[in-house]
Amino acid sequence: MKAALLALLIREFRLANRIGGGAAMGVVFFLILVTIVPFSIGPDLNLLSRIGPAILWIAALLATLLGLDRLFQSDQEDGSLDALRMGEAPLELVVATKCVAHWAATCLPLVIVAPLFGLMLAMDAPALAGVTATLLAGTPALTFLGAIGAALTATLRRGGLLTAILILPLAIPVLIFGVSASAAATGGTVPFATPFLILVALSLAAAALAPFAAAAALRAMSD
Amino acid sequence: MTTVLSVERLALSRGGRLVVSDVAFRIESGEALLVTGPNGAGKSTLLRALAGLLRPSSGTIRLVGPQIDPDDPPGLYAHYVGHADALKSALTARENLAFWGAALGRARTADPVDALQRVGLPHVADIPAGWLSAGQKRRVSLGRLFVAARPVWILDEPATALDKASQSRLADAMAEHRASGGLVVAATHAPLGLEDAHELRLGEAP
Repeated sequence: MKAALLALLIREFRLANRIGGGAAMGVVFFLILVTIVPFSIGPDLNLLSRIGPAILWIAALLATLLGLDRLFQSDQEDGSLDALRMGEAPLELVVATKCVAHWAATCLPLVIVAPLFGLMLAMDAPALAGVTATLLAGTPALTFLGAIGAALTATLRRGGLLTAILILPLAIPVLIFGVSASAAATGGTVPFATPFLILVALSLAAAALAPFAAAAALRAMSD
Repeated sequence: MTTVLSVERLALSRGGRLVVSDVAFRIESGEALLVTGPNGAGKSTLLRALAGLLRPSSGTIRLVGPQIDPDDPPGLYAHYVGHADALKSALTARENLAFWGAALGRARTADPVDALQRVGLPHVADIPAGWLSAGQKRRVSLGRLFVAARPVWILDEPATALDKASQSRLADAMAEHRASGGLVVAATHAPLGLEDAHELRLGEAP
């Protein structure tokens, strides 16, 4: 079973790198979102540095959604999902493995470039560190929650927008605690650890529960 | 000891509509079942249920045999080759089959290149699956049967897009699989070259 999951992980990485430029695509989309904001709100550096963490978080949220709708849809369309369901590994672990691969291929690059893009928003060092740490801790929750939406829309031809509509409300708690922990990193009355640990808890809970929900959705969809 | 696949009073529905009802058959090691019937008669639905991809509305599907754990779903001992080829177009034929070998293989898995040899396509091993023709894709997809050893082969129109030579190669492979104690269940309109197979005729679509 370990061999099956490892093979799946390797396959997902290969596919991510060969189709659509993999990590580069998400990073460029992230860059564009971050670049657009100063144009729209004007060159007020104080304002930018104050809302910087929120901008990075929203940009990361949208960049994470990119490609998430295809997480199961492509496997559903070409019949791979049927064969995967007959494999050694239970569907829940298949879902979890695909989420891990998607996170590593899409979200991890965003976390790595976040400090760099934060500089464009006039954020100082503690804020950069805070937002990077919160993105690292919070993006797994986005991926795993997203997997539920992706599983529900796997059989739909135009499921992309529906996936976003299903997932974004679920992502609100992650966004709240992610941004408040980033803000706490730069000072204020709340210690950084309080919202940060809730964010970690959200990620862990999503990682533990979402594979079951997504697998159940995939089974129900194919019936 | 033989492996026995038995189905009793099986009823299947899709989208709330009863497609197949009161199906029963029993085949054992070395035997084959040919599922025939007009379009929409429920052949694919029946095969998907045998593969464990569709929950039956009622009835039972049971697989018993020497190496089979009765607690496992029967799908774990079966290969299902359906209409979709389950190939990733960005991966080479070898990578595709190596993945299925790891994902589906219980104990022993064959080398993907040997499997490609079995379907007569050793020369496409390093070509992305997306570049292959429909018939070649089908053959690589059938290569899945050889990368992982499983006793039951469930084939839905396996000869679609295959040329004459590949059809006879498939017939030979099925005969060999049966000779070594395997079972074959195939849905087809065209003759597959399965000798003395049982036939299950599904009725007109209601």
